[in-house]
Amino acid sequence: MPITTKNGTVQWTPSQGEVRKKFLQRLLLLVIFLLSARVISQETMWPFVLDAPAQVKDFISRMFPPDFRYTNRVIPALVETMNLSIFGTVGAALVSIPLAIIAAKNTSPSRVLRLVALAIIVTTRSVTSLIWALLIVQIVGPGLFAGVLAIGVRGIGMISKLLYEAIEEINPEPIEAIKATGASAAQVFLYGYVPQLLPTFVGVTVLRWEINIRESTIIGIVGGGGIGFLLNSAVNRLRWDQVIVVLLAILVIVFLAELISAKARQAVT
Amino acid sequence: MTPTNTQPVRTWSKPRWIKSPLLRYLLFALIILYVVYGIRAFEINPERIALGLSRAGKMFGSFLRPDFLARKNYIIQGILESMAMTVVATLAGVVLSLPLVFGAAKNIVPRPVYLLSRLILVIFRSLHVVVLAILFVIMFGFGPFAGVLTLTVNTMGFLAKLVAEEIENINEETLEAMRSTGASWLQMVVYGVWPQISARFTGLVIYRADQSFRQSTVIGLVGAGGIGAVLETAMGRYDYRTAGAILLVIIIFVLLGEYGSSAIRRRLV
Repeated sequence: MPITTKNGTVQWTPSQGEVRKKFLQRLLLLVIFLLSARVISQETMWPFVLDAPAQVKDFISRMFPPDFRYTNRVIPALVETMNLSIFGTVGAALVSIPLAIIAAKNTSPSRVLRLVALAIIVTTRSVTSLIWALLIVQIVGPGLFAGVLAIGVRGIGMISKLLYEAIEEINPEPIEAIKATGASAAQVFLYGYVPQLLPTFVGVTVLRWEINIRESTIIGIVGGGGIGFLLNSAVNRLRWDQVIVVLLAILVIVFLAELISAKARQAVT
Repeated sequence: MTPTNTQPVRTWSKPRWIKSPLLRYLLFALIILYVVYGIRAFEINPERIALGLSRAGKMFGSFLRPDFLARKNYIIQGILESMAMTVVATLAGVVLSLPLVFGAAKNIVPRPVYLLSRLILVIFRSLHVVVLAILFVIMFGFGPFAGVLTLTVNTMGFLAKLVAEEIENINEETLEAMRSTGASWLQMVVYGVWPQISARFTGLVIYRADQSFRQSTVIGLVGAGGIGAVLETAMGRYDYRTAGAILLVIIIFVLLGEYGSSAIRRRLV
């Protein structure tokens, strides 16, 4: 009975079933959480964890004063990182156009090709760029080129997915109208599809670029070039005064990229 | 007498995106220069690639015959660990993000609290998850504990930023009405703010859990536990057939997570 009157005031209580359901849901969540926590705990070396505060104090004391002379290595690495993100993004965007056209239900030339395109999109999207870098480094050797390929491959998945979804949701009326004037296939594409898709395409590409800047800062850790390489080497040499300079540089470049990306996306939409 | 057409033929050409031809060609030239510079900077080494391609053939050949069984136990352990990391990090992240969520909303806290929360947010968000993982691995030792911390911090940054934006856009009139009844700050948050954002908050948490799982597959590469660590071992041993199996497992679980999370979100909304 959800509503009861007690001492003249009306009280509302949720029904028995509801209370039980909520309780069971919470219990289930708690059990899952505890089981998970147990898995983590078993795999953890607790002495190392307990030692952490002392370690952290030590790192921080060794981070200061930062070694600002390291900037003469950091700045070229930042330029590399920037190139990495730009080439990776543009390359991915160029590959994504045909891939998205093949993958979209309404523009796909054949069903078999469509499945292949969808498979490519799913695979490139589900594996992060760091894992791609790990694979590609073994093929082309460590360096910037491997980094560009890794960033690019991961980008293809995201840009083509969003682009082919946009193609599928396109407004068919302008396209119909252009076809009715006797326009060739190329003209239909240029004047029917492109104007409708351009804002999405540019917006997605810029967003991807912003993500790629972040990814470019770490791709060097597995041999993909850029500032990640410096970070890794500074960490391995335990030069905390250099690590902090690299981290600051990453903060600055990511912050700038976020600003530029936000402005650019505002401009196209 | 034949009628003569004195009317000149009207032609139309597409308006140029950049009006001034000088600027247009200058831009073209700059782009070409940048591409040339970039390609040279990448130091593409054809001999190294030729060497790598034969290895690539072997690698992808092995990927096509994935071997799930040889390292079965490690793969299962790895994927369970990744899931456990996701669960613990998501719950911990939700609880710990609450102060930041409300602190980073301009309209419900005093300015100093807002600025401090935003500063913490910027730091949390600009470090790539792998960089965080590296730092935590050094502090807390190898294993999933460092991974959980990494994902927790990332979850906090993500939730706090998006939910705070949500709070800044809520209906002010409700708050005004509550203030005029003399409600305390806590009452205002619980009865005025929370009901307006709770649905969106839950949706974001589920989305974020999916993202965390995705990231949990990578941070293992730098020693923070999960399936990534197993992949890194397999690649290090050039055991490509196991690596292929792990990649497939990652792809399948990432996709399951994505479809699962979007299905739950659709049901909630």
